[in-house]
Amino acid sequence: MPDYASWSRRSAEQWHQLAGVLNEETGIDVAHSQPGGFMLCLSETELEQRRHTMQRLHNQMSLAEFPYEILDHDETKRRLPDIGKDVVGSVYSPLDGHVNSLKLFRALRDATQRRGVDYRPNCTVDSITTQDGGFRLRGAFGEIAAGKVVLAAGLGNARLAPMVGLDAPVKPSKGQVIVTEKTDAFLHNPMVTIRQTDEGGVMIGDSQEDRGFDTVVRQPILSVMAERAVRMFPRLAGLNVVRSWSALRVMSPDGFPIYDQSLSHPGAFVVTCHSGVTLAANHVLTLAPAILSGALPETLAAFSARRFHVPAHS
Amino acid sequence: MIAINAIDQLAEPYDIAIVGAGPAGLAAAARAAELGLSVLLADENPAPGGQIYRAVTTTPVAKRDVLGEDYWKGGALVERLTKTTASYAPGCTVWSVAPDEEGGFELGLSLGGRARLISAGQIILATGAQERPFPIPGWTLPGVMTAGAAQIALKSSGLVPSGRTVIAGCGPLLYLLAGQLAAAGADIVAVLDTTPRRNWLSALPALPDFLRSPYLAKGLKLMAAARGKLSFRTGVTALAAQGADKVTGVTVTRGGKTETIACDALLLHHGVIPGINLSNAAGCAQHFDTVQHCWTPTVDDWFASSIPGIAIAGDGAGIGGAESAALRGEIAALDAVRRLGHLTEGQRDSHAAPARAELARSLRGRRFLDLLYRPAETFLAPPANETIICRCEEVTAGQIRDTASRLGVTGPNQMKAFLRCGMGPCQGRLCGPTVVELIAQVHGVSPADTGYYRLRPPVKPITLAELAALPPSEAAVKAVVR
Amino acid sequence: MFRPIADIKPGPSLGFTFDGSPMTARAGDTVAAALLANGIQACRQTPVSGAARGPYCMMGVCFDCLVVIDGVGNRQGCLVPLREGMRIETQAGRRHPDGGQS
Repeated sequence: MPDYASWSRRSAEQWHQLAGVLNEETGIDVAHSQPGGFMLCLSETELEQRRHTMQRLHNQMSLAEFPYEILDHDETKRRLPDIGKDVVGSVYSPLDGHVNSLKLFRALRDATQRRGVDYRPNCTVDSITTQDGGFRLRGAFGEIAAGKVVLAAGLGNARLAPMVGLDAPVKPSKGQVIVTEKTDAFLHNPMVTIRQTDEGGVMIGDSQEDRGFDTVVRQPILSVMAERAVRMFPRLAGLNVVRSWSALRVMSPDGFPIYDQSLSHPGAFVVTCHSGVTLAANHVLTLAPAILSGALPETLAAFSARRFHVPAHS
Repeated sequence: MIAINAIDQLAEPYDIAIVGAGPAGLAAAARAAELGLSVLLADENPAPGGQIYRAVTTTPVAKRDVLGEDYWKGGALVERLTKTTASYAPGCTVWSVAPDEEGGFELGLSLGGRARLISAGQIILATGAQERPFPIPGWTLPGVMTAGAAQIALKSSGLVPSGRTVIAGCGPLLYLLAGQLAAAGADIVAVLDTTPRRNWLSALPALPDFLRSPYLAKGLKLMAAARGKLSFRTGVTALAAQGADKVTGVTVTRGGKTETIACDALLLHHGVIPGINLSNAAGCAQHFDTVQHCWTPTVDDWFASSIPGIAIAGDGAGIGGAESAALRGEIAALDAVRRLGHLTEGQRDSHAAPARAELARSLRGRRFLDLLYRPAETFLAPPANETIICRCEEVTAGQIRDTASRLGVTGPNQMKAFLRCGMGPCQGRLCGPTVVELIAQVHGVSPADTGYYRLRPPVKPITLAELAALPPSEAAVKAVVR
Repeated sequence: MFRPIADIKPGPSLGFTFDGSPMTARAGDTVAAALLANGIQACRQTPVSGAARGPYCMMGVCFDCLVVIDGVGNRQGCLVPLREGMRIETQAGRRHPDGGQS
């Protein structure tokens, strides 16, 4: 989806600004940096597959807009001296950055608090109805009236969206992550499957499974992720694993975000994606002002859920 | 008994795997093995006995009366196990328990730096208790330890604190330790008793049972031994450890007056609570026990957890003491054997009858102690903002309170994401109960309504290399390599 | 600091080093107990603030007795039996991983 590539690129460009705003308003440094990222490949097949994906993407847009390099083992090793001999090569994307996502989460929450957002946890919304040109949200908590409603309930959007004439066909996609003890800083670039946070812990993993709402950590997946991580960076071998976790991604049928506004219920919006950290800059700096103004810009039309109802080309 | 000293000596599978070689685990393993089942008893300590009978077969303490007659009862439990065919693996950490595809369980074990997965038909968790966190300002200073730690040093190494020693807190173990350390020649300059005076009111209705219990005679003896020789100060309402890079004193508040007592060691104790990390990570249901004031795995009359095939015996399923732990291990083993089809329900019931009778007797009076020695609110949810709550990530009471109130955090898992409390190597063992208490206090709700950390394997650290060396499955490879 | 009780059963002792200083302790001690018996109260500095810490629970729960044993960092001293010739060092903050082998 070419629109997604430009949308995520735009977010990457604006992330510095978001980090600055958050730091200024909350005093929280979310440890944002943009040193470029690597995708390490452990076999020629993997590297070939990545090369193919990048080429396909590039047929849809200009190289200048989305730069990348395919590196062999030696060049990857020159840039990342700690890689193991099993790394056959890598894809380097100079625009990639990273951030401490837990700090981002807290900073966003802290900023909303300081901006006067009335946060009410543990309120499950059972129904949304329109009344007097606005909305009424009801549940065991009682009732809340609002002029506009933005559905940002992740997997809950699938249930909520139809209440306001919207569609959010999202499903859970399970992912597991391994976290190591804190260790000396050695990995300054983000990778798809390995990152070191500013606190020193290394997060490993990018599994994807379709297992409904099951979030039990399964050991075989941890093993495969650990084995690959140790081959990528042999120095990780002796580190202690202190935690693992699994959680559910919010996946649309094509994996891309859904941004939509209701035609039948003006003032109702749906926002959902599984890359809320990458896209946070867009969500804060572009999407939120657009929602406040009352309409999503034409540039986001491609993210409407209507795309899932177009008959496939035969 | 088959001693397992290397991970490749383990068989696979076992009928029953038991985690923890304290009284519950020893009794369960012996009973199941005596009934002809293949049993693995895995324990992370170097010798059997758990903490209460720590080093009972190896202790260098020669004089029996230093540790008291009750301690030496552990020897019989070990001896009984030795005569069976059970496999016993010391120094072996169980870091994961999960259902397998065949209706049994898969255990992740680590021994001598190598991990392995083995399967077992039934699981008995006998992981025992840990000391309730006792967060006061300065409790992270070297020289501040739990009372249990000093007892372990005494039992397993014949060591006592060498300088001026202060013991603070409340509960039977505190008085026992004070007596043991005094008998062993330690210089105890003060025993600071935090038992809240009003607890006598709530405990009083449970007094008649206590008066008929085996605790009474024991308790009186302990008290008399400790009080006779030691400087007891009751009514303590606040404590703070002093010192820059090690403890040099303790500030005590009693009756509104504050004084500082110089010391070289400060031993803290506010009772014990079940160690729930493994059962929680395995997915066993737990509840907040309002009498013992702690999270406790939910078990039935046979100590079966909410997951069929996993039983939890001993103090890990609610504090009852060593004698009751052994009995509970015995009963849990009988039910595990029945589940495997080697006993009928009737046989199980008749085998269990004597243990059940003894269990009722051994638990009589417990409630009185639980209510009397329940720590005061001010120690459960420390008022001083600078008090470190999460020792691993160094998160303070002030940060937790602020985040709970200002950012509307209502549960410990959210708190963990915001402040990292519970993310360190101890995995919430030393902060979980206090984090829950602080959040509950801020929002004016009960700990039960606040919830607890959701824990995950590995419940004890293993290296990435150990994890990487385990056999992968095809499905797992597909889920990761895309 | 800890000291042996007066009438301790006699037994063999083991030699080890802590941060390079030679020490001895009773065979059967854990690493954490051996350090306490040698007057060592602090055995690590935390990775968060650098504060000194020492053994707290002695039963594998608190992770405050973490030390480097024979070059391997962040090991729980209270769970590792002392061996002759062990090289024990202060765990100074974050773990230094073993160097890459390739």
